[in-house]
Amino acid sequence: MTAMPATFAPSKLNQTLARCKAEGRAALIGYLPACFPTPDRGIAVLQALVEGGVDAIEVGLPYSDPVLEGPTIARSHDVALRAGSTTARVLSAVQAVAATGVPTVVMTYWNPVERYGVERFAADLAAAGGCGLITPDLLPDEAEPWVEASDAHGLDRIFVVAPSSTDRRLAMTARYCRGFIYAASVMGVTGTRAQTSSLAPGLVGRIRATTDLPVGVGLGVSNADQAAEVAGYADAVIVGSAFVRRVLEARGPADEAVAVRTLAAELAAGVRRR
Amino acid sequence: MAALDELGVAYTEAMADPAFTAELSRLLTTYAGRATPITDATRLSEHAGGARILLKREDLTHTGSHKINNVLGQALLTVRMGKKRLIAETGAGQHGVATATAAALFGLECTIYMGEEDTRRQALNVARMKMLGAEVVPVTAGTKTLKDAINEAFRDWVTTVDDTHYLFGTVAGPHPFPALVRDFQKVVGEEARAQVLALTGRLPDAVTACVGGGSNAIGIFTAFLPDNSVRLYGFEAGGDGVATGRHAATLSAGTRGVLHGARTYVLQDSDGQTLASHSISAGLDYPGVGPEHAWLAETGRVTYLPITDSEAMDAFLLLARTEGIIPAIESAHALAGTLHLGRQLGPDAVVLVSLSGRGDKDVDTAAAWFNLESSPTGVR
Repeated sequence: MTAMPATFAPSKLNQTLARCKAEGRAALIGYLPACFPTPDRGIAVLQALVEGGVDAIEVGLPYSDPVLEGPTIARSHDVALRAGSTTARVLSAVQAVAATGVPTVVMTYWNPVERYGVERFAADLAAAGGCGLITPDLLPDEAEPWVEASDAHGLDRIFVVAPSSTDRRLAMTARYCRGFIYAASVMGVTGTRAQTSSLAPGLVGRIRATTDLPVGVGLGVSNADQAAEVAGYADAVIVGSAFVRRVLEARGPADEAVAVRTLAAELAAGVRRR
Repeated sequence: MAALDELGVAYTEAMADPAFTAELSRLLTTYAGRATPITDATRLSEHAGGARILLKREDLTHTGSHKINNVLGQALLTVRMGKKRLIAETGAGQHGVATATAAALFGLECTIYMGEEDTRRQALNVARMKMLGAEVVPVTAGTKTLKDAINEAFRDWVTTVDDTHYLFGTVAGPHPFPALVRDFQKVVGEEARAQVLALTGRLPDAVTACVGGGSNAIGIFTAFLPDNSVRLYGFEAGGDGVATGRHAATLSAGTRGVLHGARTYVLQDSDGQTLASHSISAGLDYPGVGPEHAWLAETGRVTYLPITDSEAMDAFLLLARTEGIIPAIESAHALAGTLHLGRQLGPDAVVLVSLSGRGDKDVDTAAAWFNLESSPTGVR
């Protein structure tokens, strides 16, 4: 059994989420994989997310077998790997984005972290200015090395729950989370959807019954209306595939940065809608 | 996670229910054709240093490979859980054919994910699946082989889990699949152990099987694990040779990692990205391996060795011409390893081989390899 996590002073991510709450709104978290479409352009589009007004950044670590991603994000991982994505380059991207002052977390499948070395990854992520990790394929009850390393380096630890998660698993997962808890709002892979999930409010309600942690809701949001709707019940609205699609559809480096910045600004207005 | 928990509970309850085990046993006998025989391969033995070679004939089951054992078990479980749809990954197509067969038998919908590369080299099995009423989805992502088919099947499952069972085909993947698939496959070794004892009056000196994910190997090994006198050998796909990097010999050349929800050995680069595997055999072309095999390798109970494409194809032709049996190319890896082993062990030895499947699906690959169309008997 993993030791229960230690308590920490609020992280930079927590401070940002608290500030948004004080403003009476949900935070907007934007996701893009690092090194997408290339290592250099990847940093530019991540910075475009910041310029567009996201409150926090989720940098994806491109992986060969992203089982939980729909076709859009899966393709972006493939593009990034072909363009030369490495764990070291992902950490460089984190450093560049975190330097803007916006809280930056890494979303990664577990094997690359383990291969890099859990303690080494935590140390290098913290040194790069990263706030923590979102780990969609790591179960908290099997995460002892990461719990220890994240405690040692003061990193946030964000695990993912789904509508199918039992109340017992929600409560257990929440105990291990720090920063926020990630609610996958649909049963399915990532990807934009015409309608937001009808399962999400119920899931968020069940999470709130078990923890005071902020709840981030992801999967399916692509426009300001949907962002406003999810902001009505979540503490953070997480958008990924819609940004990835803007990059995939853009006509070159300048265009992709503009497209990402524009969408981020629309969504930022969405989460501020009353 | 909830679906895996549900499956684990349903499986435990089912195995404790005499009605379930009796129905599975009935199907294995009357539908799949169990028990399969062992065949004394006397002419093949001349090429293996005179060692006595006994073939466990999983190729004679309905649908032509050991895959049907696990499929019938999980299909019964699917009906018991009240689900209406089966999905599965397949490499060589044998698991896909078996799953499509069970779907037809139980009146379930069926979708099979298969790497595009594999749909080409195992075209016969694609046609069989479609005839049985299954939808076959070619997977174009990544390496276009078994690993990517598994990714797609998981993506389907997380979306459709309420009414769909993912009928996983090998002893890899997340818990409870490695244990569940082993338990449905261990009938192979239980039968074979009794058959060898009855035929020879003793236990074999060695038991051999091919290993991709490792389901037929676990199936035949499990009954022999407590028999310390019996040496166990798993033969992996060595492709062009382990030194070339073009292979699927995960236990011989891989490193510890996590793939498809299992902690095991993985072919991966220094960043933890899964490497493309290579084998002439679609069914062994997987950069991971079942976690129990990783454990058996680390404890030394089973020895895992690579067999090249070329060695496997030589054994494929040799079995055809000495015994009149065309094996699956997967199984030919076990035969090739057995030939080496027999020469080491000598004429007094008895070696039991898992002949996991038949080779009808491989005739195009073999015809090209041996240049059969431009030569009366085939010369390479």
